[in-house]
Amino acid sequence: MNAPVTKPIHVGLKPTPFIERLRPLNKFESLEYWKGYWSPADYGNAEREYFAIRNTSSVFDLSPMTKYRITGPDTVAFLQRMVTRDVSKIKVGRVGYTVWCNDEGKVIDDGTLFRLGENHFRLCCQENQLFWLSHSAEGFDVNIYDETDEVTGLSLQGPTSCSVLKALGCEGIETLKPFEMRAFPFAGGEVVVSRTGFTGDLGYELWIDPSLALPLWDGLQEAGKPFSGVEPIGSHALDMVRIEAGFIAAQVDFVPADQAIRADRARSPFELNLGWLVAMDKGHFTGRRALLEEQKNGSKYCLVAVDIDGKYPADGSIIYHHKETEVGHITSGIWSPTAKRNIGLASLLVPFGKTMLDDLWVEIYVMRELKWEKLMVKCTVVKAPFFEPARRRATPPLTY
Amino acid sequence: MAERADKTRDVIVIGAGHNGLVNAAYLARAGLDVLVLEKNDHIGGAAVSSVMYEGWTYSNCSYVCSLLRPEIMRDLELPRHGLQVIPYEGGATMMRNGDHFATYYDHDVFREEMRRHSRKDAEAYDHYSTAVMKQCRWIKPLLLRTPPDPTSFRPRDLQELLYLGKHFASLGERDMGELIRFFTLSIADFLDEYFESDVVKAHFAGSGIIGTALGPYSPGTAYVLLHHYMGDIDGSVGAWGFARGGMGSVSSAIAASLLSYKGEIRVNSEVAQVLVENGKATGVVLANGDIIRARKVVSNLDVKRTFTKITDPKDLPGDFLERVTKFKIRGSSGKLNISLDGMPTFNNVPAGHSSLRGDLHFTDSMERMERAYDDWKAGDWSRDPYVDMLLPTQIDPTMAPPGKHYMSVFVQYAPPTLSGGRDWDGPARQQFADTVINQIAACSPNFKDLINHYEVRTPWDIENEVGLTEGNIFQGELTMDQLIFNRPVPGYAQYKAPIANMYMCGSSTHPGGGVMGAPGANAAREILRDLRIHGMDPRQEIEL
Repeated sequence: MNAPVTKPIHVGLKPTPFIERLRPLNKFESLEYWKGYWSPADYGNAEREYFAIRNTSSVFDLSPMTKYRITGPDTVAFLQRMVTRDVSKIKVGRVGYTVWCNDEGKVIDDGTLFRLGENHFRLCCQENQLFWLSHSAEGFDVNIYDETDEVTGLSLQGPTSCSVLKALGCEGIETLKPFEMRAFPFAGGEVVVSRTGFTGDLGYELWIDPSLALPLWDGLQEAGKPFSGVEPIGSHALDMVRIEAGFIAAQVDFVPADQAIRADRARSPFELNLGWLVAMDKGHFTGRRALLEEQKNGSKYCLVAVDIDGKYPADGSIIYHHKETEVGHITSGIWSPTAKRNIGLASLLVPFGKTMLDDLWVEIYVMRELKWEKLMVKCTVVKAPFFEPARRRATPPLTY
Repeated sequence: MAERADKTRDVIVIGAGHNGLVNAAYLARAGLDVLVLEKNDHIGGAAVSSVMYEGWTYSNCSYVCSLLRPEIMRDLELPRHGLQVIPYEGGATMMRNGDHFATYYDHDVFREEMRRHSRKDAEAYDHYSTAVMKQCRWIKPLLLRTPPDPTSFRPRDLQELLYLGKHFASLGERDMGELIRFFTLSIADFLDEYFESDVVKAHFAGSGIIGTALGPYSPGTAYVLLHHYMGDIDGSVGAWGFARGGMGSVSSAIAASLLSYKGEIRVNSEVAQVLVENGKATGVVLANGDIIRARKVVSNLDVKRTFTKITDPKDLPGDFLERVTKFKIRGSSGKLNISLDGMPTFNNVPAGHSSLRGDLHFTDSMERMERAYDDWKAGDWSRDPYVDMLLPTQIDPTMAPPGKHYMSVFVQYAPPTLSGGRDWDGPARQQFADTVINQIAACSPNFKDLINHYEVRTPWDIENEVGLTEGNIFQGELTMDQLIFNRPVPGYAQYKAPIANMYMCGSSTHPGGGVMGAPGANAAREILRDLRIHGMDPRQEIEL
């Protein structure tokens, strides 16, 4: 019998370049579903992993992160038109966080732009964007290439991370400023280190050819030994620190506008408290007209940080004004082990969260020994982040 | 004997298709004395299962289930009466170059498969799904509602129009435009907005032409795709499944429900004419001359058959009759049901692959699909047909002996009448079957050797046995001019015939074809309303 000319694709999780090291450590086989890749949820103790981020150093496999290479003579013009930030202000060797909107000024996704050359950017984001990118590229002389599987990313975060990189051989790493990146020789090749992350703490993201992934992993483990170790972490611990930092996540705190089925679900940058990313003065960009209109008429929703009474995480809970009228919900909520507070991010219907800040209550359902009980607890609008150590911005970073 | 000693019934339903049965069951549930009359010796219309070769059960006509409204399954307690719908996953288009395009249950695995054919298409898929889902969300709440008459000023019509308007406005400005576009686009144009790979487009385009005498480039076919997507299984929108035991299980479960409400079904009882006295329907005359009287007469037959075959034209308004005569109900498809001695192997996909559990196709380009339609226009069946082929016995153990298989092959296109004076009831039927068998055998080396028996159903056979005019599986095409308040014809979308006490409940009425049951349920609601019996009001729009 004839064999099929094309073997069907592999059904199951896709391995990442680190899997050989990570799988044996994942003793409870606790995984997070991330775009079909093998990605850990935790290694058995998310609390220990959380404290590694805040106390020593942690590593998290960023391989599944979507990465696009954007090159060509019109790269800057193309990005200026697509994203809300002024891309010309991101210098070569620097990184900028931004969002991009549809014509109605609603956020499609957020991500980081790495400027690797005058006309060479890398866009890292949560959602797949090739469809939007290629539509947006019409009329521009640019090349857009999905390099997700060709660039391996590893996040090294925590107070000792600078010292660990120094021990790895990254000479002069202490002079690297937040949102800067630099290449260092490593194992016959190079590792590009950017001072970026999703933790709101001192930390770096390491970008390397997949063939050097395992040497990098081993090198960091070795380099971390004198500094109380480098702890592999999963998505649970990472989610806790990003909420403490007040960072939002697509599909959690907002629905990407191009995936929203219900008309009222999409949000503008202003409605996500990201107005600082919108450079109205840079000229035309997609969504600008709608955003100008919104600036004039006011936003419908807002996203705020809240402090919630008691100890029970309020994730997904409905927020009421005067314990009666529904005015929003908690999009992300945890007990913060560092701030020692019950914290959350909340989407509220304006004027609540803007001018109406009092008399807000959260309805939390808690199960106490198999009995569900309803709590109505007070919630206070506060300023994010909930935790911001000085080392996050200091250059050189203080020695842990 | 001219008039049998039959008592006057509350309602007579003509035709025991799934909509006739649903209609009758709702009416019987409300306490009415209901009689269903069926011309064949079996019930079910086009939702039937039968044994034509010892040991094998065929789903002779309709073959998969998704559209049957969950509200109806609940109301009529169909699961308690034996209906089980098992979802299937997978599906593939086998390509001429030996490659394949397979669908996978897992979203990310499916994306990897699309990436093989086009990186851009892999990422466009989510946008495409979102666009279709938006349309589904709009159309779904309308399925179990009676369309308003836009020219009437009755409070009820105004209320429904207002509902429709509000529902439309809830889409938001951008999507209101998208909806209008969607209803008028061709499936090819719609897919072109998202995809570049020919095989990806051809794979998805199938749902836009199935049962329709239009090609993928004909305007209006985008809606036909939506019609195939708006069902769900256990909340999974767009999913399809097998009725355990074949599609006849749907009909027998509805029939069992009807009987539990003290309804009655008579087979071998063909209705020759609707009895009209003083402008009112008062009963029916059977083919054997028997007369049975009823307060209400409901026809499950398609609108053309109802008003041109079993109603005296003299009892009808001229304009209405003219419109009914012009109602588009063109046959476009045929079917093969095949008993196989084992599981066929395919050149394009290895044995045991998950895609084989779903719908299989051989049309790997839009051009081939459109060319298949060209043959139909010329009065011939497609030389290179589009097939929708399934082997339900990989999932349903009840339809063939252990290790053996039943294959259902839906074939498009096949015209209701052949050119050149050829008759379907002659050598053409076999030639049609050979075309299909050869197409399958080209990808499956052991297929022909495995065939024990097969049944061939041309549009002619479907019309003759089931009674669907021209063999059109939807009881009338699903194009914008024949949808919502224009279905079946303008002014008559509220299930009432122009004759007092006579109603329509078949798929010729809103919301159209497929084994959905919605026309039957909607017609029942109208009849109960006219009889001032409560208990079946329009449903509240709650997202559950």
